[in-house]
Amino acid sequence: MSGVSPTTPTDPPVVQISGLYKSFGTVDVLKGIDLTVREREVVCVIGPSGSGKSTLLRCVNLLERPTQGVVELLGIDVTDPDVDIDRVRTHVGMVFQSFNLFAHHTVMGNLILAQRKVLKRSKAEAEEVAWANLRQVGLEDRATFYPAELSGGQQQRAAIARALSMNPALMLFDEPTSALDPELVGDVLAVMRDLALGGMTMLVVTHEMAFARDVSDRVVFMDDGVIVEEGPAAQVIGSPSTDRARIFLKRVLDPTHIDDSEIGETEPDEPAD
Amino acid sequence: MPTDPNSPALLATRPRMSPRKKAKISQAAQYGVLAIVIVLALKAMDWDKLRTQMFNVNVIASMLDALPRAFANTLLYTICAFAVGLSLGMVLALMKMSSVGPYRWLATAYAEFFRGIPALLVVLSIGFLIPILFGIKLPNMTVKIGIALGLVSAAYVSETLRAGLQAVPRGQVEAARSLGLSQSQAMRSVVVPQAFRIVLPPLTNELILITKDTSFVYLLGLATSEYELTKLGTNALNQASGGLTGVVVVGLVYLIITLPLGHLARRMEKKNARQR
Repeated sequence: MSGVSPTTPTDPPVVQISGLYKSFGTVDVLKGIDLTVREREVVCVIGPSGSGKSTLLRCVNLLERPTQGVVELLGIDVTDPDVDIDRVRTHVGMVFQSFNLFAHHTVMGNLILAQRKVLKRSKAEAEEVAWANLRQVGLEDRATFYPAELSGGQQQRAAIARALSMNPALMLFDEPTSALDPELVGDVLAVMRDLALGGMTMLVVTHEMAFARDVSDRVVFMDDGVIVEEGPAAQVIGSPSTDRARIFLKRVLDPTHIDDSEIGETEPDEPAD
Repeated sequence: MPTDPNSPALLATRPRMSPRKKAKISQAAQYGVLAIVIVLALKAMDWDKLRTQMFNVNVIASMLDALPRAFANTLLYTICAFAVGLSLGMVLALMKMSSVGPYRWLATAYAEFFRGIPALLVVLSIGFLIPILFGIKLPNMTVKIGIALGLVSAAYVSETLRAGLQAVPRGQVEAARSLGLSQSQAMRSVVVPQAFRIVLPPLTNELILITKDTSFVYLLGLATSEYELTKLGTNALNQASGGLTGVVVVGLVYLIITLPLGHLARRMEKKNARQR
């Protein structure tokens, strides 16, 4: 299975990134990224920590401002200083590793806040949309709960429902299951899989190789701020053509395997989210 | 492994007295000391003196008429000072987080200055110096003490508010912005409500401190109608043979104000715990 929603090169691009550079001070995190995500496409970004995956994602909706390069969202260059970024962001849902649900609101409050403030929907309309999305993620019975009263998996599904309530054209996932207890990962991945099957355009940074293999149309392998390898999941994960991808996948898929050449190597930490 | 509790191997490693037994004896000793101190104090106390010097009925009766007024004045001065402190403190807190350097320096200098001098000096300066220097006549005592204590309070409040605002995790703002909220919308809808919960206990504490500091108002010379609790209590000391009754009475009234405040803060904290 090479993807659930086959796309053709003629589908309009939702995200088009070209020549993207990002540095924090003197540290170059992204060193020339070109990437296109087309409508209904699911693209997974994999790679070792510190490779710039999260930063790439955060440059797409301008949570980080690119140092150089162009990021086009739905045909709009978001790096243009005259662009109303708040408006563009309403079309892009983002799901964080640490959920980031608003702690002072119930689940329902979380889902309707931006609908009311940004989209100016009526309370009734916003709640209707919210209920539909809560059903989709299986949390109808948790609408009145506060985030602190939910499990991590429930919080993340609520966060997905919150993003979906804005009717985004694109969903960004930044390691959505990395902060979850192992037994809760499946529920979140199931919701994401349903979304993909429903035709949502998705850009997903993940360490879940099974998810990347089964759900994505394309897998992008990043290392040290550049895209090293890119192609269908079966190809990049199944038979990578570069050494860097091969070593990374070996470590991820078989963590207990210790290669002599790797002993003593230290991995740089990814910048904190 | 020997199972007999009296076997030499086990006895050799066992402490002479078990730690649990030691703790019990120590606790009993502490209760004993407490009881002895209380009994000695009660025995040594001159109960007649206590009644005439601290709870003198005549003095209490003579204070009753003026007490409601003094109580109201203390509350009024407190509320006024807190209002000034809170609004000025908010401005200073925002200045401290400003991207404009001079704003930050000014706010920091302000806080350092007013935290570093006694409130008493500020009250004196506002009451006497400002009218002389600027030719402004401050309309009444409430405004004078409100401004003076408010200026001091703002220094502390600004630090509390800044810390509260910065204690809200960055991810909360990022989530709000990624949903399309503007910076100011994110601030109003997400950061401030959460920061409010964080600063509630320290702000209540500040309110209690101000309540007590309103006693400095006596420095400015009070008309009878402007008396607050401390002035009323210390005036009552002048009555012959009343002893300390005056200050005991107003001390209890201060507690009537401050204890519920502390209780209220704890209750609000508990109610908010669900949302943490």
